[in-house]
Amino acid sequence: MPDTQALVNDFLNKLKKRKIEGSQATAKQTAELLRSVISQTRVPYTNQAAALIQSVKAVGEGLIAANPVELAVGNVVRRVLHIIREEDLSLTTAAMAGLNLSAVSDDEDDVGGDNQPVLSAAAIAAASRSTLRPPSLQTLLEDVPDSAAVPHTSSSGGDSEGKSKSADKSSRSRKLKHDVIEAVNELIQDINTCHEQIAEQAVENIHQNEVILTLGSSRTVLEFLCAAKEKKRSFRVFVAEGAPRYQGHLLAKELVTRGLQTTLITDSAVFAMISRVNMVIVGAHAVMANGGVIAPVGLNMVALAAQKHAVPFVVLAGSHKLCPLYPHHPEVLLNELRSPSELLDFGEFSDCLDFGSGIGAPLLHVVNPTFDYVPPKLVSLFITDTGGHNPSYIAEIYQLFVTSLRGEDMKFKSEIMKTNCVAGGNLVKS
Amino acid sequence: MGAQKKGATARVSEDQEELARNPLQAILLADSFATTFRPITLERPKVLLPLVNIPMIDYTLAWLESAGVEEVFVFCCAHSKQVIDYLESSQWSSQPNFSVTTIESHNSISAGDALRLIYERNVIHGDFVLISGDTMSNMSLTQVLQEHKERRKKDANAIMTMVIKKSKPSPITQQSRLGTDELFMAINPVTKQLLCYEDKAERSKGFISLDKTLIADNPSIILHNDKQDCYIDVCSQEVLSLFTDNFDYQHLRRHFVKGLLVDDIMGYKIFTHEIHSSYAARIDNFRSYDTISKDIIQRWTYPFVPDILCGSSAIKVERQGAYRASDVTLSRSAHIGSFTFIGQGTKIGNDTKISHSVVGEGCTIGSNVTIEGSYIWNNVTIEDGCQLRHAIVCDGVIMRSGAVLQPGVILSFKVVVGQQFVVPAYSKVSLLQQPTQQDSDEELEYADNTSGTGELRYKLNGDIATDLSETAYELGTGGVGYIWSVFEGAQDEEWKHSVAPIPTDKLVKLMLDKDEDEEQLTQDGNVLSASGELKADSDDNGSEDDDNADSRDDYGFFEKEVEATFLRAVHENVKVDHAVLEVNALRLSYNMASVDCAGAIFYSMMKLAVESPHHSASELHRNAADIITKWQKLLKSFLHDIDEEIEVILKFEEMCLESAKEFAALFPQVLHLLYDKEILQEDAILRWADEKEGADESDKVFLKSSEKFVQWLKEAEEEDEDD
Repeated sequence: MPDTQALVNDFLNKLKKRKIEGSQATAKQTAELLRSVISQTRVPYTNQAAALIQSVKAVGEGLIAANPVELAVGNVVRRVLHIIREEDLSLTTAAMAGLNLSAVSDDEDDVGGDNQPVLSAAAIAAASRSTLRPPSLQTLLEDVPDSAAVPHTSSSGGDSEGKSKSADKSSRSRKLKHDVIEAVNELIQDINTCHEQIAEQAVENIHQNEVILTLGSSRTVLEFLCAAKEKKRSFRVFVAEGAPRYQGHLLAKELVTRGLQTTLITDSAVFAMISRVNMVIVGAHAVMANGGVIAPVGLNMVALAAQKHAVPFVVLAGSHKLCPLYPHHPEVLLNELRSPSELLDFGEFSDCLDFGSGIGAPLLHVVNPTFDYVPPKLVSLFITDTGGHNPSYIAEIYQLFVTSLRGEDMKFKSEIMKTNCVAGGNLVKS
Repeated sequence: MGAQKKGATARVSEDQEELARNPLQAILLADSFATTFRPITLERPKVLLPLVNIPMIDYTLAWLESAGVEEVFVFCCAHSKQVIDYLESSQWSSQPNFSVTTIESHNSISAGDALRLIYERNVIHGDFVLISGDTMSNMSLTQVLQEHKERRKKDANAIMTMVIKKSKPSPITQQSRLGTDELFMAINPVTKQLLCYEDKAERSKGFISLDKTLIADNPSIILHNDKQDCYIDVCSQEVLSLFTDNFDYQHLRRHFVKGLLVDDIMGYKIFTHEIHSSYAARIDNFRSYDTISKDIIQRWTYPFVPDILCGSSAIKVERQGAYRASDVTLSRSAHIGSFTFIGQGTKIGNDTKISHSVVGEGCTIGSNVTIEGSYIWNNVTIEDGCQLRHAIVCDGVIMRSGAVLQPGVILSFKVVVGQQFVVPAYSKVSLLQQPTQQDSDEELEYADNTSGTGELRYKLNGDIATDLSETAYELGTGGVGYIWSVFEGAQDEEWKHSVAPIPTDKLVKLMLDKDEDEEQLTQDGNVLSASGELKADSDDNGSEDDDNADSRDDYGFFEKEVEATFLRAVHENVKVDHAVLEVNALRLSYNMASVDCAGAIFYSMMKLAVESPHHSASELHRNAADIITKWQKLLKSFLHDIDEEIEVILKFEEMCLESAKEFAALFPQVLHLLYDKEILQEDAILRWADEKEGADESDKVFLKSSEKFVQWLKEAEEEDEDD
């Protein structure tokens, strides 16, 4: 226990000091931390799920408070909580009436079990919910009838380990924790590979001889563009430098080393160039429940320019960036104001910041926000690791879930939607 | 940014081995050894004073921790118990990889004593960071440490690296924005070695002296007055032993740094490291308290800003930099202006206006209160209708309704200000009586104060009850506290270091003083006058008449030089272009105008004509004509406008009168010749004629002699016009 506590404190500290950059790194580290928390938690014989949920929640709340701007932390905490619930549920249902199912799953054990436990757990949960509890995502979605959900369950490989061993009640206690950890591992794997999964879709979206515009730097965008390049697509990229941190310069450098034709422009030249652009592809900080995007500063301007010239505005976001909160939600801190030193040199302006004379108050204010909010109507397409969606689809999924929520823990209420949203995405894709 | 960061991490890994051997240590002096924050520091140590609602030492420790320091020795002297208690109860006692150890002393009176004590304890094992607990920064130490280490490898005498930052001092007050005196530093721009450190350059003298050997030893020196000392030093172990060896070193800068710079026997060297994008500053006086608070609110110290240090769920930044804690009771009609901090549990009444201020936790502020640029700490009660401008109000103060604080007021702990009472500007009010005898040695800050808390209790129970009449008199009805009188001599300085901005009348006065100074300097002839006009001579005595005489003399020399040049040109057949160049060079070196050149050249030409052998007036005329024809190009290149042409005529006139009377008869002819050769335009001649019209009869001699020519010119002009 003490070493987990130290780990938690260390991570809290890093979050507080803003030492972790990028939501992917944050998401991954959060998941890893929660995994070790789960493995260290002692579970009582009865009601183990509750014990796990409690310890994860306790840590999670602290993490979210440490850096409320980094929404990925909350997203991962919610997903881990969800995993615990689903695994618990699947164990219970399987134990209740799993005999006939376990017969089916035995031979599939080796095939699908290792690949997709998370999905399978979710699927089982979905299946069980459709039988046990009426309101679920699948039943609520008109175009996904109940029957579609059930075949999906079996096609996804079925839940293997869970059911086969759950018959053995004595091993159940260890079973849950083990399953949860497996599932969290899978989540970490997902976070790790989200770039590749998104990049796989590059060829479908980038066409020959197109001109792509992006702003600042995002690893997802880089991988996406490079994936298209590797598939022998030839296209040009306009990179807006992304003041004041100028990460666009780094992106341009990276693109050029990978052999892409790149043009670097200032942020202010975006409007001048947009008429030549076929598509805008950008990364996001978080995708909100209404389909709005929290993105690096300057992107709202780019989105408006794109709208004016009817250029598609595509946002790439790993599923750990999908956040079940609304931008007007009081818990959501939309922005982070960084140091003015990124904008101007303190030494040169020090005489403007002399409070010793005049009215004693600064006449010069420097505001350096990190993020922009891009409303959903400006976004043409989201590409996540589960496929492409339009903003209204994301909003719809969240909407349905809010109405179907049970009054359980409000703070983490959206955990369920999260995974189901992902599962839903799979459905649409398949 | 990204690139820099990558570079930094790469360097870290290089140095990892070394770091592993020696964990990075820091000495934090939790005592300023100064009296600038009295009377507040009589009751609480300076490092625990809240800065935007967080104790100063927390900013320092948070920075040290994030900069990779692993072991901090906090040296506490005055109120050591408070500091130790605070640190024990704070988060810092339980950090992994970051240990905070306190070292307590009761008899240290200076930084020197503190470092000697730490040396005796033998806890420092390598390079260390030396700072005081009132320093805010967000700089990365990686680079400065690496530079320091590399220098040490090459030169064992490089024992200290000082961090500096660019910050321009105010030209009027000669103060930095932190309220400290203008600092002069001489730095070798290549090696960054510090050569001279002068923080008290005497204003009356207006100069600083540099040792001659400095200039001999260094190929170049840059003298800075726009650098701010951040009081962050990376030191080698020798620094501690040096303090022990020189037991009279007390002050870090005044004694230690200057001592090392002067002492060339040991040959120890100090280097500087300038930071650009990061922030560092030390709170030295009330002015810097104000300035740094505003810097923090404006987020220059990011990520060490209140909403991140306290956790953003507790404090949120709203529009226009208004920081607000989660549970503030705010009247609908209250107006919270920009760059204001409101702490937890504070209640604010109707129509209250707050701007550019910090209000701490648990305060109760009534209706119709105006707070501007003030720092209100915790649990303060301000009743209806009070007005506060640029004041510091400590914990537990009560201001009865209608009380007014004028700019620069300091209210120490638990003072009560009576109804409608106006606390005069720059006064310091405390429950403790002013120490009757001000110690002559300003280093002895807390000498009278080791039993601070006990004393305070005594005052609260006894004194105040009995002395109520007296205190009431001082702070209005129901008021409790003593107004400290300002020491003699310090009165004039009070406004300089106060939280309040410098009043305009003081600024105007300073400006006038400065102008006077400058005038004096200009008259001394050492300095360019304000307009940047160059004086013609380099002579020291500078009254106007002398000046003119000098310039006349100068003209004489110049004329001779030009003449010599011209003669040489004639005799050696120098090309006209070269002659023009030479004359121009002379013009520049004597600082003459081209009018003077034209005059001088013409003079030389005519003189040559006169001196060359001739028998009759006609021969002289021919001589003159030859010379003018040959050298007209030279003359023309200095005749840019009509004034210069008139000058030529006047010169000729002068010659005819004085040096070459032979020409007198030939005046009209030569004039005509000059006109023919297009050296003089008719405008110039006519203007000359006009000017002479009103002159004395004696001056008109030549005008009369050339009357015909002038007449002819006039007629020609009229005809032109008729056409």
